[in-house]
Amino acid sequence: MNPLAIREDFPIFQEKINGHPLVYLDNAATSQKPRQVLDVLRRYYESENSNVHRGVHTLGTRATEAYEGAREKVARFINAPSPYQVVFTRGTTESINMVAHGYARAHLQPGDEIVLPPSEHHSNLIPWQQAARATGATLRYLPLQEDGSIRLADVEAAVTDRTKVVAIAHVSNVLGTVNPVREIAAIAHRHGAVIVVDGAQSVPHMPTDVQDLDCDFLAFSGHKMLGPTGIGVLYGKPSLLAEMEPTYFGGEMIDIVELHESTWKEAPWKFEGGTPIIAGAIGLGAAIEYLSNIGMEEIAKHDAHLADLTVQRLAEIEGVTVYGPGPGKPRAGLVTFNLDGVHPHDVATVLDAAGVAVRAGHHCAQPLMRILHVGATARASFYLYNTEDDVDAFVAALKQAKEFFGHAIG
Amino acid sequence: MQLDDLYRQVIMDHYQHPRNQGQLADDAIAVDLRNPSCGDEIRLQMLVEDGVVKDVRFRGSGCSISMASASMMTDAIKGKTISEALHLAHTFRGMMKGEPADLDELGELESLQGVSKFPARIKCATLAWQALERAAGSSEVDGEAKA
Ligand SMILES: Cc1ncc(COP(=O)(O)O)c(C=O)c1O
Repeated sequence: MNPLAIREDFPIFQEKINGHPLVYLDNAATSQKPRQVLDVLRRYYESENSNVHRGVHTLGTRATEAYEGAREKVARFINAPSPYQVVFTRGTTESINMVAHGYARAHLQPGDEIVLPPSEHHSNLIPWQQAARATGATLRYLPLQEDGSIRLADVEAAVTDRTKVVAIAHVSNVLGTVNPVREIAAIAHRHGAVIVVDGAQSVPHMPTDVQDLDCDFLAFSGHKMLGPTGIGVLYGKPSLLAEMEPTYFGGEMIDIVELHESTWKEAPWKFEGGTPIIAGAIGLGAAIEYLSNIGMEEIAKHDAHLADLTVQRLAEIEGVTVYGPGPGKPRAGLVTFNLDGVHPHDVATVLDAAGVAVRAGHHCAQPLMRILHVGATARASFYLYNTEDDVDAFVAALKQAKEFFGHAIG
Repeated sequence: MQLDDLYRQVIMDHYQHPRNQGQLADDAIAVDLRNPSCGDEIRLQMLVEDGVVKDVRFRGSGCSISMASASMMTDAIKGKTISEALHLAHTFRGMMKGEPADLDELGELESLQGVSKFPARIKCATLAWQALERAAGSSEVDGEAKA
């Protein structure tokens, strides 16, 4: 894989940021889009645009085929047994909310437990808080190791026959840890619980096989994997999707509508009330084709290599704290860090002046920030178009930030 | 984009040596504010007598801009009437929007003018001022002075 050739596909790299070439290291927040995806969106609107599943005219058929074709691409990408297990949503947040609302609430009772790590993104935490409040169930948090990892022994101890749901990210958006989801799923299943996997940071960056993981639900977002914003996926096992209640009611999702009651279509369509995110789904399909052509194994290796390199380089700068796995330990393609005495906002502003885009803040993980005893952190996250030169530019700009503030404050 | 326009020496001085940091007695008006998008926090306490800010203190955590702005703000409003303080807040917000500023009224606060060119950082600079506006709107401040 050749990141320099890949960059040619991404028009955004023509942009100058404050007079510098763009060094985009905020991929965990959202990815950039290749021309191949942008072209498909344009072609859809120029020559296929129509509503789906309605009417008999030619454009309607084209749009429906393109939309359902995208569903098949997603299914193949995550090795789902059937495209009917792929629900199109607005993103990870909506997917998890739909499970918490339509599945979990109906199955939770006072005394039941939802097991999750405290390091979860707010979108895999608050829906469970709300479900617990509505049903009288309790949240039970898994302990984190110093490096943010989760020990299977702790999962064994926390998951009991009272557990109905285990919710966990495959990859933490702050720590870059890769959680042993397959093993955790086995533990959950032994106790009759379902496992809901937040794949927002894993599906874009590594091969995902839902059958191998044996997860019950998997949520992810298109915009973090070269697709447009506003499209995401909820994968579910057929029996669970069949039991699960829709969240949105209206057009598209119904079977028979009477004056006082109605019935729904089968999954996945019963979850896609209203005109669906047609262009978004087709764009996601194109993004998946692009990623598949390069190969997810390759991308995973590339991202992890850049993150490892960054961890090594940061270890050479005095006053930099890196969170998550230590040097040489497995980590996904992101590095969260702080520079002593300089607030991450200030770090990010100085980096931005050099054209380097990183994230600064709490990364939608306030409970984790408390565990790390920080108010905020900065994060560099990598993707297929990043290069070792990007790491160099980032490290150089960080040294500048250190010097600038050391000088200004000193 | 010039970093020196943003991080002026006065700002760095206030960041490094914040004025009026600490706590007042419990009878002071207290406002807790946080910027949910980035985690910056401030607790502002104000002792108001006869419509005049007798004392003011803050505690918080945040970036250089938010903490320096809080430090300068507390310095600036001490001894002012509530309505003068609110007028200053208004002028400060105007400066953040890039409006021509009354430099006499702003004094040292003028050093934060560069923030207006960094839209992502304006919220950092205005956090303390928002706390001031909340505190001034508190029922404990008498109605006349507020007007
Ligand atoms: C781990 C994780 N979960 C969930 C989300 C939420 O994704 P979205 O905002 O696309 O719904 C994100 C990204 O912001 C994330 O990193």
